[in-house]
Amino acid sequence: MSALLELNHVNKDYAVGGFLDRSILHAVKDVSFKISDTAPEIFTIVGESGSGKTTTARMILGNETPTSGSLTFEGQDIAKIRSRADKLKFMARVQPIFQNPFEAFNPLSTLDYYLYSTAKRFLGLKRKTEIEAEVDKALNHVGLSLAEVRGRYSHELSGGQLQRIAVARALIPEPKLIVADEPVSMVDASLRMSIVNLFRDLRDTLGVSIIYITHDLSTAYYISDRVIIMHKGDVVEAGAAQTVLGNPQHDYSRALASAVLPPDPVLARRIIEEKMAARG
Amino acid sequence: MFKILRDLLRYNREFAIGFVLTLGVFLFALAHFWAPMPDSAIYLLPPDMPPSAQYWFGTTSRGQDVLWQMSSAIWNTMLFGITVTILSRLLAVAVGMISGYLGGKWDEALMTLNDTMIALPNIPILLLVYFVMRDSMSWPVLAATAALLGWNYDARLIRSVTLSLRNREFTRHAVFAGMSVPQILIRQHLPYVMPVIFFTAMNNLIWAIGLEVTLSVLGFSDINRPTIGGMIYWANQHQAIIAGIWWWIVFPIIAIVLLFLGLFLLAISVNEYIDPRSRLSRMGA
Amino acid sequence: MLSVVEKTPLSVDAAPVLKVEGLKAYYQMNYFGVRREVRAVDDVTLTIKRNEIYGIAGESSSGKSSLIKTIAGAITPPLRVVEGSVKFDFGGKVLDVYGEPERMKKARWQHLSYIMQGSMNVLNPVRKVKHAFHDFAFEHMGLSERAFRERVEKHLQRIGLDPRVLESFPHQLSGGMRQRLTIALATVCEPDFIIADEPTTALDVLVQQDVLALIKDIQRRMGASIIFVTHDMTVHAAIADRIGIVYAGRLVEEGPTLDVFRQPQHPYTAHLIASLPRLGDKTRRSALPGKPPNLAEPPSGCRFHPRCPLAIDKCKTDNPPLENRLSGRVACWRAGEVAAA
Repeated sequence: MSALLELNHVNKDYAVGGFLDRSILHAVKDVSFKISDTAPEIFTIVGESGSGKTTTARMILGNETPTSGSLTFEGQDIAKIRSRADKLKFMARVQPIFQNPFEAFNPLSTLDYYLYSTAKRFLGLKRKTEIEAEVDKALNHVGLSLAEVRGRYSHELSGGQLQRIAVARALIPEPKLIVADEPVSMVDASLRMSIVNLFRDLRDTLGVSIIYITHDLSTAYYISDRVIIMHKGDVVEAGAAQTVLGNPQHDYSRALASAVLPPDPVLARRIIEEKMAARG
Repeated sequence: MFKILRDLLRYNREFAIGFVLTLGVFLFALAHFWAPMPDSAIYLLPPDMPPSAQYWFGTTSRGQDVLWQMSSAIWNTMLFGITVTILSRLLAVAVGMISGYLGGKWDEALMTLNDTMIALPNIPILLLVYFVMRDSMSWPVLAATAALLGWNYDARLIRSVTLSLRNREFTRHAVFAGMSVPQILIRQHLPYVMPVIFFTAMNNLIWAIGLEVTLSVLGFSDINRPTIGGMIYWANQHQAIIAGIWWWIVFPIIAIVLLFLGLFLLAISVNEYIDPRSRLSRMGA
Repeated sequence: MLSVVEKTPLSVDAAPVLKVEGLKAYYQMNYFGVRREVRAVDDVTLTIKRNEIYGIAGESSSGKSSLIKTIAGAITPPLRVVEGSVKFDFGGKVLDVYGEPERMKKARWQHLSYIMQGSMNVLNPVRKVKHAFHDFAFEHMGLSERAFRERVEKHLQRIGLDPRVLESFPHQLSGGMRQRLTIALATVCEPDFIIADEPTTALDVLVQQDVLALIKDIQRRMGASIIFVTHDMTVHAAIADRIGIVYAGRLVEEGPTLDVFRQPQHPYTAHLIASLPRLGDKTRRSALPGKPPNLAEPPSGCRFHPRCPLAIDKCKTDNPPLENRLSGRVACWRAGEVAAA
């Protein structure tokens, strides 16, 4: 088994503060993991704000360079990709999904512009009919069609639909890896499951591996194969989703798991009553 | 385009007034192409005639019809102002957007140039150019020089808008959609920069016309070509105010005030129309 | 299966503190000839009892924020009340929000207060916390400076905050502490009615339960009523006594929390509850087809019909009224068949 993505003792430090009280923030500390290129999986990074999960995602996408350690994608060091041609080649293999679908599309630009641009640039297509055929094919994967999207602006569609268009766009170059940073946190509850289910289907039918970044343990458990839990830059626990989330060992992961409110009034109320009793 | 104009005229009073004023002044200026005499000719008419049925705005001490002089002068002044504005807007947009989007070394170099330009005093430089150019000084050279001096504050403004756009998620998304830098700047960012361009264009136009008037009043321009400043220059030379030839000065000033007012009203109403927030509300967001 | 397990322990005093009747609030806009009317709150009738936590659930742009803004009397154009009334009853003192705007102003903070989502919006970043208390509450309490300070300190202790936070700046405090402070601010005057708008949404997961426990604890001690708005159904499960489900500007279902969760009567509610993922469960959950309606052009008849698995022809033409059924109210022509679906 060779690695699709390999993180090897990755660290990322930021200098924070002004001239006088300068200090170093260790955003990511010694993170290592590997994603296989033969067995596609949904790999989840769980953490709260400030855990380093988003910094990790940005490094995987090549938007940040690590302070030490290395990230390699198909054997190539991500931080060393410089020329525009190499960047395009890399972006054709690794694509992002962003948190807020209303922010991810320019409100003053039509949605199809993103789709056409992707098809032109990464597939090298010139003819309009070919481009439209590719875009339509990608939209079909997410249960939409070009006819529904053509000429539309982001405010005309719901968050869930936009997020599916974002996924379709990411699928056009036929990537091997999709990095999704909190892709459902801004999507309405009635549409959230359609996105999460979509990730499952992509893994199973298209063989795309997905790095799913979230603070929500319930959806993490629902779709993940493997999970790492990050806390203040450290990976505190890693392993199969059922083990890590179902039976957490580390104190922080336990606290996180017990902080999830069950969707049941009797159980949830009992938790709150206990907390109230503890307040005295 | 026609529909936009109709909507603006119908629903925005500022636009309607501004449009009528500007159009009136423009048509008046356009009329100079059909003037009965060349605008450079002097002593063709009896001098110092007050406004009358024959000479509506009177005649100058140099025997010119104030009406037709003004028509040419407004045309030339507007042409100068608009040329300066367009050239300097192009510079400001290019420098501001490139500097804001690319950042790093580009930003440093361009902003150093920008800040140096801000520190330079405008009038002395223009005078220097005038003394170097002397007889070959023509209005396009003056316009180019003014444009080179008139973009720097606005470039900083545009840079700051682009800087905030660069950090928006849709810009990152555009990069991963394979869009090139020009595509991102023109297709994705320009609609947000447009209101800044329009608004600063108005200021710049007023500044440019003011600059032209100042230089002409001082006599540092092609004085044989009628402009608003040039008219005031000649009026001054002939001590028109002391001599009681008030119409030589008052009518050009009224014309320029009406033009400024019209342009200002147009700018604020068009600005409201193209503002992204108002655009989105109209689209139904 | 009627209200199966425990009765909610809090409905001691049944006198309503808030009565909303036939409330319609629309956004009416006119941009360069493009007229738009968004029916954000469309014919909502509800009552909230004394000593009760009433949860309002709904998706983004369902009109739930407009609804509470209208209830609070805190609307600004283009949002306007078109019809209906909002009346508070603070211990015999009746207050008609859209009848007597002057008296409404006085009642703010004394009888009515808010807990908002972004705590930083309430706390001025360049002023010490004590000034916030002074600005918000001093005038209403009619106490001397010293008595006021003592009262505030006692209140902070009750909330579980060290009174020394009064001398600190907002940025020196953690997100959880800041949210606690906004709760302290909202409750220091011991209001009768609290409006809480997504108070836990921006919080870290780890402190969410504590903040919910705090809100409930304070509510119980003061005997206040709370209208609690969030899109997160698990939060409603934990804290609300009754839930109202808002869809496309209308109240589609209302009932005791337990009954709504155990036996939802509206297909939309049923879907919301069935789609909640839970830890330890990997079975596939289905998603609703379609998209939330555009409130500027809402669907005819029942607004949920384009997405509803149970829709029949009648749903497309006739708007179902909100009617009493079992322990709650529901607006659905096929309410009886929902559980079977």
